[in-house]
Amino acid sequence: MSENDQNRFVVSQENWSLHRKGHQDQQRHNEKVKEAIKNNLPELISDDSIILSNGDKTIKIPIRSLDEYKIRYNYDKSKHVGQGQGDSQVGDVVAREPGGKSASAGQGKEAGDKPGEDYFETEVNIEEIQGLLFQELELPNLQQKEAADITTEKIEFNDIRKKGLMGNVDKKRTIMTAIKRNAMHGKATISPIYNDDLRFKTWDEVVKPESKAVVLAMMDVSGSMGNFEKSCARSFFFWMIKFLRSKYETVEIEFIAHHTLAKTVTEQEFFTRGESGGTICSSAYAKALELIDQKYHPSRYNIYPVHFSDGENLTIDNEKSLKLVKELMKVSSMFGYGEVNESNRASTLMTTFKKIDDPKFRFSIIKKKQEVYDALKNIFKKQEVDL
Amino acid sequence: MERELRQAIDEITEIAVGFGLDFYPMRYEICPADIIYTFGAYGMPTRFTHWSFGKQFHKMKLQYDLGLSQIYELVINSNPCYAFLLDTNSLIQNKLIIAHVLAHCDFFKNNVRFSNTRRDMVESMTATAERIASYEILYGKDEVEKFLDAVLAIQEHIDPSIFRPKGSAPEEEDIEEVRIITTQYDDLWKIGEAEKPLEQAKLKKKKFPVQPEKDLLLFIEEYSRELEEWQRDILTMLREEMLYFWPQLETKIMNEGWASFWHQRIMRELNLTTAETIEYAKLNAGVVQPSKTTINPYYLGIKIFEHIEKKYDNPTDEMKRFGAKSNAGREKIFEVREIESDVSFIRNYLSKELVNEEDLYVFAKKGQEYKITDKDHEEVKNQLISMRVNGGFPYIVVEDGDYSRSGELYLKHGYEGMELDPTYLEHVLPYIYQLWGRPVYLETILENKAIIYMYDGKKGSRRFK
Repeated sequence: MSENDQNRFVVSQENWSLHRKGHQDQQRHNEKVKEAIKNNLPELISDDSIILSNGDKTIKIPIRSLDEYKIRYNYDKSKHVGQGQGDSQVGDVVAREPGGKSASAGQGKEAGDKPGEDYFETEVNIEEIQGLLFQELELPNLQQKEAADITTEKIEFNDIRKKGLMGNVDKKRTIMTAIKRNAMHGKATISPIYNDDLRFKTWDEVVKPESKAVVLAMMDVSGSMGNFEKSCARSFFFWMIKFLRSKYETVEIEFIAHHTLAKTVTEQEFFTRGESGGTICSSAYAKALELIDQKYHPSRYNIYPVHFSDGENLTIDNEKSLKLVKELMKVSSMFGYGEVNESNRASTLMTTFKKIDDPKFRFSIIKKKQEVYDALKNIFKKQEVDL
Repeated sequence: MERELRQAIDEITEIAVGFGLDFYPMRYEICPADIIYTFGAYGMPTRFTHWSFGKQFHKMKLQYDLGLSQIYELVINSNPCYAFLLDTNSLIQNKLIIAHVLAHCDFFKNNVRFSNTRRDMVESMTATAERIASYEILYGKDEVEKFLDAVLAIQEHIDPSIFRPKGSAPEEEDIEEVRIITTQYDDLWKIGEAEKPLEQAKLKKKKFPVQPEKDLLLFIEEYSRELEEWQRDILTMLREEMLYFWPQLETKIMNEGWASFWHQRIMRELNLTTAETIEYAKLNAGVVQPSKTTINPYYLGIKIFEHIEKKYDNPTDEMKRFGAKSNAGREKIFEVREIESDVSFIRNYLSKELVNEEDLYVFAKKGQEYKITDKDHEEVKNQLISMRVNGGFPYIVVEDGDYSRSGELYLKHGYEGMELDPTYLEHVLPYIYQLWGRPVYLETILENKAIIYMYDGKKGSRRFK
């Protein structure tokens, strides 16, 4: 600190490193963003852009609750003053609506804070959404099957030692140690590195018991499944698969698409394929039973058939469907049925299924897109079911 | 570096004094970027904690990190006057900033709007921050945050008049006469004169507040039956802070114009190398760059001040007849910086020639596009003024603090051609309800019809009057 003769001014430079106020309140703001994401999960997970984002790890989502609301003027209904280059004419376009098709949208310095966009946009990591969503889900009624098969050995690098294999040297820690030691001798440099500075990563073998499980994803691809129905079912399966793959290591997923006939398809086909024709749901159930018989014996696998349809089943097929579902349930840990039914009419299939009184049978009816979230929670809710 | 800087400050201070600028003793602090952005976001070195500041800080810091913006100046209206310099500034950047903030300080010290602002606000806001932090400990962070959310939503609705008329309270004898009904057959006695007493009772109801009250914050603070003592305390403190910031909202164009005008004049007096001159020219051009969709207060402000100076240096014959002397431009702009605020500054000095010269226009949204609708100088001027009235915020008054005779709050928007944003309004009413504790109404104009927005604690509604 120093002062000049007339005491007119002082120049000072202090150590501000402890001044964290901005960062602390930013942290609080981030918490509020997270809260908002959590409160908006139903909308978020039914957002097609996530499913279509295909590899993009972050998406932009609007969060309205974090606006700072004030009584203010309606920007778009008021007049404003701007400044031209000297040749402006009445009728000239000075800006376009943000989000409009035009490339020059939102030009001008302040265009970004135009009151026109009345929400706060934030980037959200898909993994963050998953974390929040998957907390609440699990494969119900998971049993240990064939104890011998289900232990997995995992190697986890979770320890640091002074001795070890040169290939496992932990460069960062080694350098840190060297810097620290050199600093003690007066100079904080990396070199020289002595043998004593070397740090190695070492591992432990972790044995985790795992249960084998298979999910049989069945989807109605018949003509009666319109865009809305398809996109709901796809959202559901998209999150279901993400959930299964992130939470369980040994779960297998089989994809069955059906209309009047059922066939096993690849994951890619399952999500992209659209077909036409009538609906015979029992075909899918028969296919599922066939798969169980061939590949997934109930003594070795926990079996989870999950079926999505609009419920428009061929009437004469309902009884057969019911019979097959009951058969499936005998060998399964849970049977999930999701019906996309915008109009809330009583579908033929649902009416039939109403007769089932078994805790293993779980169903959900989706009337609005946001209810995909409820369907996930219903079908994969954490709850023990007695066998 | 520091020695060079001190020499530069000395020289610039000398020049500024020579020009007649009159400022408080200066305190220059050299800080890293995140500190400057913290101060920028909070408007003060120490202020209470709220997530909205964190949001602002994050936004500013992000733009800085991406190289999109840089705060050129940060100066606090206080005595001594604090100014902050970024530790990565070049010497020439610092010179420009120092010249700029000296003029700001001169403005703070001499403009009449600032005459009531507390020059010890740095300390006062620190105390406020501590008080609010202590309430967080006593009543819980969430509770305090919830309250702050509500107050901040309406914090601009204060009455910043330098002289305030006293007494919005109902006088003692205002206790209204209400017909006392003792038995349900009472009204039988009054057959024939039936409705008269009721009308009288209606007339007797004195207005509360007597005059429409512009200071919503003060009104709630004094009459809300909902608030705890600590909440009243916070309300009082936030109102004080807003009163302090208010003159800056009212003189944005003048204040920035004045500072930019003087940094240009002062920089011309310095001996700059060629490289320095180019760097300065670039910086200056960035500051005073006009925009198609908004008014750059720095630029418009300078232009008006320059215009005034030129005009009063060479007065017309007509001006001379009213006593104007030649070469009195400097004197005149000093007078203007003392007595005007943005509204009167624009009204008195934005001339037709200036509007045409600077190619100012009025634009509005037409369909998907924003189009120029008018270039007439009166229109431009009126539009600029209406955007600056009341610091740019809608003018809201408390019309009735005992609406429906049940203590409900009736607010009225002084509509002058600009509609309110309905979505925002519908979100703000619940906050006012939270503070007032009873149903809240707001009357405004939508599509040329009077409309009343209402929130009753459960849901909002609106109806045309």
